[in-house]
Amino acid sequence: MTAVDYLALLAGAANTIAISAIAIVLGSPLGLMLALVRWAKVPGLDGFVAVLVSLLRATPSVTLMLLVYFALPVLGIELPRVVAAVATLALGSMAYNCEIWRGALLAFPKDQLEAAKAFGMRRHLRFRQIVLPQLLRSALPALVNEMTLLVKVSPAIAVIGVADVTRAAVRIGAATYEPVPPFTIALIIYLAIIGALVLAQRLFENRQLAGNAI
Amino acid sequence: MNFHGFEIVWSQRDLMLNGLLLTLEIVAISSVLAAILGFAVFGMLVQGGPAIVRPVKAAIDVIRAVPFMLLCYLLYYGLPSTGVTLDNMTAGITALAIYNAAYVAELLRGAWKAQPPEADEAARAFGFHGWRLLVRIIMPPVLLDAVPMLGNQMIQVIKDSAFLVIITVQELTYAANEIQATYYVPFASFVCAILFYWILCLGVEGGVRGLLRVAEVRR
Repeated sequence: MTAVDYLALLAGAANTIAISAIAIVLGSPLGLMLALVRWAKVPGLDGFVAVLVSLLRATPSVTLMLLVYFALPVLGIELPRVVAAVATLALGSMAYNCEIWRGALLAFPKDQLEAAKAFGMRRHLRFRQIVLPQLLRSALPALVNEMTLLVKVSPAIAVIGVADVTRAAVRIGAATYEPVPPFTIALIIYLAIIGALVLAQRLFENRQLAGNAI
Repeated sequence: MNFHGFEIVWSQRDLMLNGLLLTLEIVAISSVLAAILGFAVFGMLVQGGPAIVRPVKAAIDVIRAVPFMLLCYLLYYGLPSTGVTLDNMTAGITALAIYNAAYVAELLRGAWKAQPPEADEAARAFGFHGWRLLVRIIMPPVLLDAVPMLGNQMIQVIKDSAFLVIITVQELTYAANEIQATYYVPFASFVCAILFYWILCLGVEGGVRGLLRVAEVRR
């Protein structure tokens, strides 16, 4: 492997991180919106969201990636492959996040809502001031777990030709006829990304525990 | 929207069904292998001293932090450098089995840690040890508690099996991609494939629910 190859792997790592991060930033609030639709039992939409989430959660990311990348142009929507990659990962993440947010919403103590209602707080104020701050806390571990899952399925974007870590490693392996060194480095890069996420989650939880103790 | 694409997919249904059958075969074989391997590793975690437990746990953590697709590539393209060459089916099934075995071992360990310690202590006091302790005393409640998670893991195997398209295993996603590339009907062919994956996953979920109901009656 030459210096250029190492740089290609690093550039791939930057792409993997950036694309995963954008997909997470899009997927989490979208998932929250879907969860709220189900929580509020919006007639009609409720059932539709339930079916959509069940379907998306059963769809392999490679298959969804190929569908988005090849089918959208047929329907007249031309997307650059990076956008298709982000959209696909965000869709999958949205479905998983919906279930996480929904679980946290269902576990939310009703008495707090009733107390807020008794004090005359309106619906959106109740949600913003009472529900959301606690929801963020209780859902965080599961959300970080979902982020690590997203990073782990992100190599699916290599299938449509986005230059992520995995694609860089495959390319270098094919060019040098020595696939083991680039794959080993790719493995270490993924370990580092996911390790960082898990570590961040632990730090946050410890800080919360310390905060609660006071 | 027109249904022309779906007509073409229907005319190529043999190709699609062969892909579905291969996906089923891959999922069945690798789930069984992952379960056996996962149980074996769990046994090592339960019975082994720190000299065994620590490296095994580290290996599980590493596998759980690696994308499945990378493991797949490593086994298919990397192993030949060490003199072992696997065909794409074998490499794919091996990758699925090893990868998911790590998750199975970890979720069994989680279920085991959540058990009350009394049964284990009582059994040891009655002289149970080794294999019999593991199979007769520790496993039954752990297995029962782990059924929903084992079902989720099987759904993960179904979804991961689509990654085998990259090493040209001719499973469901591969078949859909073939039809898509030949007739240029990407929407219909991938939507059909996704519906098949959905049915498979719903089948697993239904199976888990049925199993739990039987367990509840027998308890």
